[in-house]
Amino acid sequence: MITTTHYLVLSAIIFSIGVIGVLTRRNVLIVLMSIELIMNAVNINMVAFSHQFKDMVGQAFAVFVITVAAAEAAIGLGIVIALFRNRETVHVDEIDLLKG
Amino acid sequence: MFYFLAALAVGFSIMVVITRIPVHSALSLGGVLISIAAIFITLEAEFLSAVQILVYVGGIMVLFLFVLMLFSIEKWGGAALHTRTWKTAVALGVVLAGELLFFVWKGITPSLPQIATPAGLGGNIEAMGWALYQRYLLPFEVASVLLLVAIIGAVLFTRKQIPKDNG
Repeated sequence: MITTTHYLVLSAIIFSIGVIGVLTRRNVLIVLMSIELIMNAVNINMVAFSHQFKDMVGQAFAVFVITVAAAEAAIGLGIVIALFRNRETVHVDEIDLLKG
Repeated sequence: MFYFLAALAVGFSIMVVITRIPVHSALSLGGVLISIAAIFITLEAEFLSAVQILVYVGGIMVLFLFVLMLFSIEKWGGAALHTRTWKTAVALGVVLAGELLFFVWKGITPSLPQIATPAGLGGNIEAMGWALYQRYLLPFEVASVLLLVAIIGAVLFTRKQIPKDNG
Protein backbone atom coordinates (compact mmCIF):
# COMPACT_ATOMS: atom_id res chain seq x y z
CA MET A 1 0.00 0.00 0.00
CA ILE A 2 1.55 3.25 -1.15
CA THR A 3 0.47 6.19 1.00
CA THR A 4 0.99 9.91 0.69
CA THR A 5 3.89 9.58 3.13
CA HIS A 6 5.84 7.56 0.56
CA TYR A 7 5.55 10.43 -1.87
CA LEU A 8 6.54 12.93 0.81
CA VAL A 9 9.66 10.92 1.62
CA LEU A 10 10.60 10.68 -2.06
CA SER A 11 10.04 14.41 -2.43
CA ALA A 12 12.17 15.19 0.64
CA ILE A 13 15.03 13.05 -0.71
CA ILE A 14 14.99 14.68 -4.15
CA PHE A 15 14.73 18.14 -2.56
CA SER A 16 17.79 17.46 -0.41
CA ILE A 17 19.77 16.15 -3.37
CA GLY A 18 18.86 19.35 -5.21
CA VAL A 19 19.99 21.51 -2.29
CA ILE A 20 23.29 19.63 -2.09
CA GLY A 21 23.75 20.18 -5.83
CA VAL A 22 23.10 23.92 -5.53
CA LEU A 23 25.55 24.24 -2.66
CA THR A 24 28.40 22.07 -3.92
CA ARG A 25 28.77 22.37 -7.68
CA ARG A 26 30.92 25.06 -9.30
CA ASN A 27 29.29 24.87 -12.71
CA VAL A 28 26.43 27.36 -12.82
CA LEU A 29 24.46 25.23 -15.30
CA ILE A 30 24.40 22.31 -12.90
CA VAL A 31 23.29 24.70 -10.16
CA LEU A 32 20.35 25.63 -12.40
CA MET A 33 19.58 21.94 -13.01
CA SER A 34 19.58 21.34 -9.25
CA ILE A 35 17.05 24.15 -8.88
CA GLU A 36 14.85 22.28 -11.37
CA LEU A 37 15.20 19.20 -9.16
CA ILE A 38 14.00 21.21 -6.16
CA MET A 39 10.96 22.49 -8.04
CA ASN A 40 10.11 18.96 -9.15
CA ALA A 41 10.28 17.74 -5.56
CA VAL A 42 7.80 20.45 -4.58
CA ASN A 43 5.53 19.41 -7.46
CA ILE A 44 5.51 15.79 -6.26
CA ASN A 45 4.33 17.01 -2.85
CA MET A 46 1.54 19.09 -4.32
CA VAL A 47 0.27 16.38 -6.64
CA ALA A 48 0.41 13.82 -3.82
CA PHE A 49 -1.73 16.01 -1.57
CA SER A 50 -4.02 16.81 -4.48
CA HIS A 51 -4.54 13.07 -4.89
CA GLN A 52 -5.10 12.54 -1.18
CA PHE A 53 -7.68 15.30 -0.77
CA LYS A 54 -9.26 14.76 -4.22
CA ASP A 55 -8.87 18.47 -4.85
CA MET A 56 -7.62 20.08 -8.06
CA VAL A 57 -5.88 23.00 -6.29
CA GLY A 58 -2.62 21.11 -5.92
CA GLN A 59 -2.44 20.20 -9.58
CA ALA A 60 -3.39 23.71 -10.70
CA PHE A 61 -0.63 25.10 -8.49
CA ALA A 62 1.82 22.57 -9.94
CA VAL A 63 1.01 23.86 -13.43
CA PHE A 64 1.95 27.36 -12.26
CA VAL A 65 5.16 26.04 -10.70
CA ILE A 66 6.05 24.48 -14.06
CA THR A 67 5.36 27.82 -15.76
CA VAL A 68 7.63 29.65 -13.35
CA ALA A 69 10.30 26.97 -13.78
CA ALA A 70 10.21 27.40 -17.56
CA ALA A 71 10.54 31.19 -17.25
CA GLU A 72 13.33 30.78 -14.72
CA ALA A 73 15.23 28.36 -16.96
CA ALA A 74 14.96 30.70 -19.96
CA ILE A 75 16.12 33.75 -18.00
CA GLY A 76 18.80 31.81 -16.12
CA LEU A 77 20.29 30.37 -19.29
CA GLY A 78 20.16 33.84 -20.89
CA ILE A 79 22.14 35.20 -17.96
CA VAL A 80 24.62 32.31 -18.26
CA ILE A 81 25.17 33.05 -21.95
CA ALA A 82 25.68 36.77 -21.30
CA LEU A 83 28.01 35.93 -18.43
CA PHE A 84 30.05 33.51 -20.51
CA ARG A 85 30.38 36.10 -23.24
CA ASN A 86 31.63 38.79 -20.83
CA ARG A 87 33.62 36.86 -18.24
CA GLU A 88 34.58 33.61 -20.03
CA THR A 89 33.60 31.57 -16.99
CA VAL A 90 30.72 29.44 -15.78
CA HIS A 91 32.08 28.79 -12.31
CA VAL A 92 30.12 30.29 -9.46
CA ASP A 93 33.19 31.02 -7.32
CA GLU A 94 34.78 33.10 -10.09
CA ILE A 95 31.71 35.32 -10.40
CA ASP A 96 32.58 37.78 -7.63
CA LEU A 97 31.88 41.21 -9.09
CA LEU A 98 29.84 42.19 -6.05
CA LYS A 99 32.47 41.06 -3.58
CA GLY A 100 34.35 44.36 -3.70
CA MET B 1 5.86 0.09 -9.38
CA PHE B 2 6.17 3.12 -7.13
CA TYR B 3 9.40 1.84 -5.62
CA PHE B 4 10.89 1.23 -9.07
CA LEU B 5 10.02 4.75 -10.25
CA ALA B 6 11.18 6.31 -6.99
CA ALA B 7 14.51 4.48 -7.15
CA LEU B 8 14.90 5.62 -10.77
CA ALA B 9 14.15 9.25 -9.85
CA VAL B 10 16.51 9.29 -6.87
CA GLY B 11 19.29 7.53 -8.80
CA PHE B 12 19.08 9.96 -11.70
CA SER B 13 18.97 12.94 -9.30
CA ILE B 14 22.18 11.73 -7.67
CA MET B 15 23.68 11.39 -11.17
CA VAL B 16 22.73 15.02 -11.95
CA VAL B 17 24.65 16.22 -8.92
CA ILE B 18 27.75 14.01 -8.96
CA THR B 19 28.58 13.36 -12.60
CA ARG B 20 31.66 15.07 -14.04
CA ILE B 21 30.44 15.87 -17.56
CA PRO B 22 27.66 18.53 -17.78
CA VAL B 23 25.99 16.83 -20.75
CA HIS B 24 25.56 13.68 -18.66
CA SER B 25 24.01 15.86 -15.97
CA ALA B 26 21.49 17.25 -18.45
CA LEU B 27 20.58 13.78 -19.72
CA SER B 28 20.19 12.49 -16.16
CA LEU B 29 17.92 15.46 -15.50
CA GLY B 30 15.82 14.19 -18.40
CA GLY B 31 15.68 10.79 -16.68
CA VAL B 32 14.52 12.37 -13.43
CA LEU B 33 11.83 14.36 -15.22
CA ILE B 34 10.48 11.32 -17.09
CA SER B 35 10.43 9.26 -13.87
CA ILE B 36 8.53 12.04 -12.12
CA ALA B 37 6.08 12.20 -15.03
CA ALA B 38 5.43 8.46 -14.50
CA ILE B 39 5.00 9.09 -10.77
CA PHE B 40 2.36 11.70 -11.64
CA ILE B 41 0.49 9.00 -13.58
CA THR B 42 0.47 6.80 -10.47
CA LEU B 43 -1.13 9.79 -8.71
CA GLU B 44 -3.86 10.03 -11.40
CA ALA B 45 -2.56 13.36 -12.68
CA GLU B 46 -2.40 12.50 -16.38
CA PHE B 47 -2.59 16.08 -17.61
CA LEU B 48 0.29 17.16 -15.40
CA SER B 49 2.30 14.17 -16.55
CA ALA B 50 1.86 15.18 -20.18
CA VAL B 51 2.74 18.79 -19.35
CA GLN B 52 5.80 17.59 -17.48
CA ILE B 53 7.05 15.66 -20.52
CA LEU B 54 6.26 18.48 -22.97
CA VAL B 55 7.55 21.45 -20.99
CA TYR B 56 10.35 19.96 -18.92
CA VAL B 57 11.79 17.26 -21.16
CA GLY B 58 10.87 18.86 -24.48
CA GLY B 59 11.61 22.43 -23.46
CA ILE B 60 13.82 22.97 -20.45
CA MET B 61 16.12 19.95 -20.80
CA VAL B 62 16.64 20.60 -24.52
CA LEU B 63 17.37 24.24 -23.69
CA PHE B 64 20.03 23.12 -21.22
CA LEU B 65 21.53 20.82 -23.84
CA PHE B 66 21.54 23.66 -26.41
CA VAL B 67 23.41 25.96 -24.04
CA LEU B 68 25.89 23.19 -23.17
CA MET B 69 26.56 22.57 -26.86
CA LEU B 70 26.93 26.30 -27.56
CA PHE B 71 29.99 26.54 -25.36
CA SER B 72 33.18 24.78 -26.27
CA ILE B 73 33.81 21.79 -24.06
CA GLU B 74 37.46 22.63 -23.28
CA LYS B 75 36.48 25.86 -21.61
CA TRP B 76 34.53 24.01 -18.92
CA GLY B 77 37.89 23.42 -17.26
CA GLY B 78 38.80 20.08 -15.77
CA ALA B 79 39.83 21.76 -12.51
CA ALA B 80 37.95 21.46 -9.26
CA LEU B 81 34.43 20.13 -9.68
CA HIS B 82 33.12 21.49 -6.41
CA THR B 83 33.29 24.72 -4.49
CA ARG B 84 35.82 24.89 -1.68
CA THR B 85 33.15 24.55 0.99
CA TRP B 86 31.58 21.39 -0.46
CA LYS B 87 32.08 19.24 2.63
CA THR B 88 30.16 21.71 4.79
CA ALA B 89 27.50 21.92 2.09
CA VAL B 90 27.04 18.14 1.93
CA ALA B 91 26.82 18.00 5.73
CA LEU B 92 24.18 20.74 5.65
CA GLY B 93 22.26 18.88 2.95
CA VAL B 94 22.27 15.67 4.97
CA VAL B 95 21.08 17.56 8.04
CA LEU B 96 18.31 19.13 5.94
CA ALA B 97 17.27 15.70 4.63
CA GLY B 98 17.23 14.36 8.19
CA GLU B 99 15.04 17.23 9.33
CA LEU B 100 12.60 16.87 6.44
CA LEU B 101 12.29 13.11 6.91
CA PHE B 102 11.92 13.52 10.68
CA PHE B 103 9.02 15.92 10.29
CA VAL B 104 7.39 13.85 7.56
CA TRP B 105 7.68 10.91 9.96
CA LYS B 106 6.29 12.89 12.89
CA GLY B 107 3.49 14.33 10.79
CA ILE B 108 2.01 10.96 9.83
CA THR B 109 -1.62 11.03 10.82
CA PRO B 110 -3.29 7.84 9.64
CA SER B 111 -6.74 9.40 9.51
CA LEU B 112 -6.47 12.49 7.35
CA PRO B 113 -9.90 13.51 6.06
CA GLN B 114 -10.73 12.03 2.71
CA ILE B 115 -12.78 14.54 0.76
CA ALA B 116 -15.24 13.06 -1.66
CA THR B 117 -14.58 13.46 -5.36
CA PRO B 118 -16.77 16.18 -6.87
CA ALA B 119 -19.28 14.44 -9.06
CA GLY B 120 -19.88 15.21 -12.69
CA LEU B 121 -16.27 15.74 -13.65
CA GLY B 122 -15.09 13.22 -16.17
CA GLY B 123 -11.37 12.62 -16.39
CA ASN B 124 -8.41 14.48 -15.05
CA ILE B 125 -8.02 16.80 -18.03
CA GLU B 126 -11.60 18.09 -17.82
CA ALA B 127 -11.21 18.70 -14.09
CA MET B 128 -7.97 20.58 -14.75
CA GLY B 129 -9.72 22.67 -17.36
CA TRP B 130 -12.48 23.64 -14.92
CA ALA B 131 -9.94 24.49 -12.24
CA LEU B 132 -7.67 26.54 -14.50
CA TYR B 133 -10.27 28.43 -16.51
CA GLN B 134 -12.87 29.04 -13.81
CA ARG B 135 -11.36 29.33 -10.37
CA TYR B 136 -7.82 30.23 -11.33
CA LEU B 137 -8.38 32.35 -14.41
CA LEU B 138 -6.56 35.40 -13.03
CA PRO B 139 -3.41 33.49 -11.97
CA PHE B 140 -3.53 31.83 -15.38
CA GLU B 141 -3.44 35.23 -17.12
CA VAL B 142 -0.71 36.47 -14.78
CA ALA B 143 1.33 33.38 -15.68
CA SER B 144 1.03 34.28 -19.36
CA VAL B 145 2.28 37.80 -18.62
CA LEU B 146 5.18 36.26 -16.68
CA LEU B 147 6.09 34.15 -19.71
CA LEU B 148 5.96 37.24 -21.93
CA VAL B 149 8.32 39.07 -19.57
CA ALA B 150 10.61 36.03 -19.55
CA ILE B 151 10.73 35.99 -23.37
CA ILE B 152 11.61 39.69 -23.50
CA GLY B 153 14.19 39.29 -20.76
CA ALA B 154 15.85 36.31 -22.41
CA VAL B 155 16.10 38.18 -25.73
CA LEU B 156 17.54 41.24 -23.98
CA PHE B 157 20.13 39.20 -22.09
CA THR B 158 21.41 37.34 -25.09
CA ARG B 159 21.72 40.31 -27.46
CA LYS B 160 25.17 40.70 -28.97
CA GLN B 161 25.69 44.33 -28.01
CA ILE B 162 24.39 45.65 -24.73
CA PRO B 163 24.00 49.44 -25.05
CA LYS B 164 26.01 51.46 -22.57
CA ASP B 165 24.05 54.66 -21.96
CA ASN B 166 24.79 55.16 -18.29
CA GLY B 167 28.09 56.94 -18.95
